Amino acid sequence: MVSFAKQKTAVSTGVSLPVLAGLAAGAIFLVVGSVSSDIFAQQTVAGLALGAVFGSLALALVLIYRATEVINFAQGELATATTYIAYQLTLWGLSYWLSFFLTLLIAFALGAVIQIVVIRPIQHSVIAVVIVTVGMFILIDGLVTWKWGADLKFMKAPFGNTVYHAGGVAFAQQDIGVLLVSILSVVLLWVLFQFTKLGLAMRAAALRPAAAALVGVRVNWMLAIGWGLAAVLGAVAGLMTEPTQFLQPTMMQAILLYAFAAAVLGGLESPVGAVIGGLALGVFLNLIGQYVGFATSELRLPIAFAVLLLVLLLKPNGLFGRKQVRRV
Amino acid sequence: MKFLPALAGAVVLALLPFALSGYHQGLAVYIAIYFIAILGLNILTGYTGQISIGHGAFMAIGGYATVIMSHDHHVNLIATLPISFAVTFACGVLVGIPALRLSGVYLALATFALAVSVPQFPLKFSKFLGGSNGLQTDHTVSHLWLYGVSWASAAILFVAGWLLLRGRIGRAFRAIRDSEVAAASSGVSLPIYKTFAFGVSAAFAGVAGSLFVLATNGFAQPNEFGILLSLKILIGAAVAGLGSLWGVALGALFIGLLPEISASVPLVGSSHGQDVAFGLIVILIMMLLPNGFAGLLARLESRFKTAIKSGT
Repeated sequence: MVSFAKQKTAVSTGVSLPVLAGLAAGAIFLVVGSVSSDIFAQQTVAGLALGAVFGSLALALVLIYRATEVINFAQGELATATTYIAYQLTLWGLSYWLSFFLTLLIAFALGAVIQIVVIRPIQHSVIAVVIVTVGMFILIDGLVTWKWGADLKFMKAPFGNTVYHAGGVAFAQQDIGVLLVSILSVVLLWVLFQFTKLGLAMRAAALRPAAAALVGVRVNWMLAIGWGLAAVLGAVAGLMTEPTQFLQPTMMQAILLYAFAAAVLGGLESPVGAVIGGLALGVFLNLIGQYVGFATSELRLPIAFAVLLLVLLLKPNGLFGRKQVRRV
Repeated sequence: MKFLPALAGAVVLALLPFALSGYHQGLAVYIAIYFIAILGLNILTGYTGQISIGHGAFMAIGGYATVIMSHDHHVNLIATLPISFAVTFACGVLVGIPALRLSGVYLALATFALAVSVPQFPLKFSKFLGGSNGLQTDHTVSHLWLYGVSWASAAILFVAGWLLLRGRIGRAFRAIRDSEVAAASSGVSLPIYKTFAFGVSAAFAGVAGSLFVLATNGFAQPNEFGILLSLKILIGAAVAGLGSLWGVALGALFIGLLPEISASVPLVGSSHGQDVAFGLIVILIMMLLPNGFAGLLARLESRFKTAIKSGT
């Protein structure tokens, strides 16, 4: 019988010099390109908005991976479900932003309850957790389609449809709003982890569960809160996807795949890496779609994963992951 | 004594088509297909410890190999099966080589990427691969023909897998699964055995894919080989119990029959209701039987033996 027992390894993330240089070169390339071409600038901003959504979902995956070394395959479907809940709230007459924040609360509760009821009893076996999240993927997809149907639904546009013109470049207010909300939620989360006692306890529980328990951290509760926060990030990603993709049960499936790619690109252990990986992937896909004729929409996913594989082969722990030393 | 269950299973399978309607024969064909695919995944994940969420991709490659050979070159349908085995074996080895550098979650995600990417290629290269409408074999076959061929393939591959796993190679696989460092220091070549396991596993999935195409009226379509197929096979393998050959039949029965059974339950009858029931049952089984049906069988067997011992 295989148990796939978990081996807790030393978690270390950091940036190596070549990676930093590469990122800086990429950023300079984007700025120079944006200054010299209007279309390039437009595609870059739209790519950043898209990438911010990838980044927040990727960050949700990383949060759970850091704490429990498992990948939550149901993260995207959970995001879809919470977005539908927001839709239902607006149908009941609440304003968009009121339902937005209510949905975040509901998402937190949902994520925490799932961890406590379903994941906690089997968390010693990685393969069992993976299969259970795959089961949840199918379950939530079925529930959402059952309740709300498979046809497209529309919510009120949260940021209006204004388009700004700066020089010859058109910026959609929506893209900028999506970018700001996603980045803001990531920053808030970072503040929570870095500057609060709860954040400290959560980092301790993720890094050294046994030692954290010895100094009085309730590790199980920290894991539940972690799942809750991941669900909140997912809900933000879902709500920020809705203005461009509209509501349908499958809306987060492709986004989840890009989020996987973004998370692995940055190194699954690294929150900063997940966000930067997401932004880079969003911009890259938009630019390549604009300038490379061969890269039609059918090839978007394969291209994203080809990049991912290439990075993995060069740096098996992602751009921001350090080589892990494993005791035998 | 040890072969008694296998022998009994073979006799039942040989007699079964005479008792089944055409529709139920079709259902039994799908169970054979899942059986082969789960067997293949079990060799890789259960015995060698390399997780794969991408076996739907290998099924797609095998299926398209069969269709192209039949549609473009009019090769006999049975003759396409060994060719599809060889083609997907080569593809599996090709995937296995980069996979040497990955392990655990990274390997899971890389194979997941494979499962998502492969069905996109028929859409891009629609001239050769038929686009979203797919391609069809030059002739279709009867339910009975399919039943015979699919279960015969399943039996041959089961015996082949059993022979492979009980000998030197199987021992090397299990050593790698239990500890790569220990295996390497006992002289097991990790690169050779790991890529070989990938190849064999992919080849099994390829044959399953070929039969899958024949079972869907000879059509190979990209959306038939979507990510859900890969997930189903993984679920089947986990529910069967990784690292055991006897649970595989139960795993195949589970993913083959559960949608059929839940469709006949009144409240659950709609297709979304079936998804809900499927997801719920998968979660429950993993919570109650973390080692799958094989774990349950092993527990029942040991209880049975102690009961006999205490009785005499």
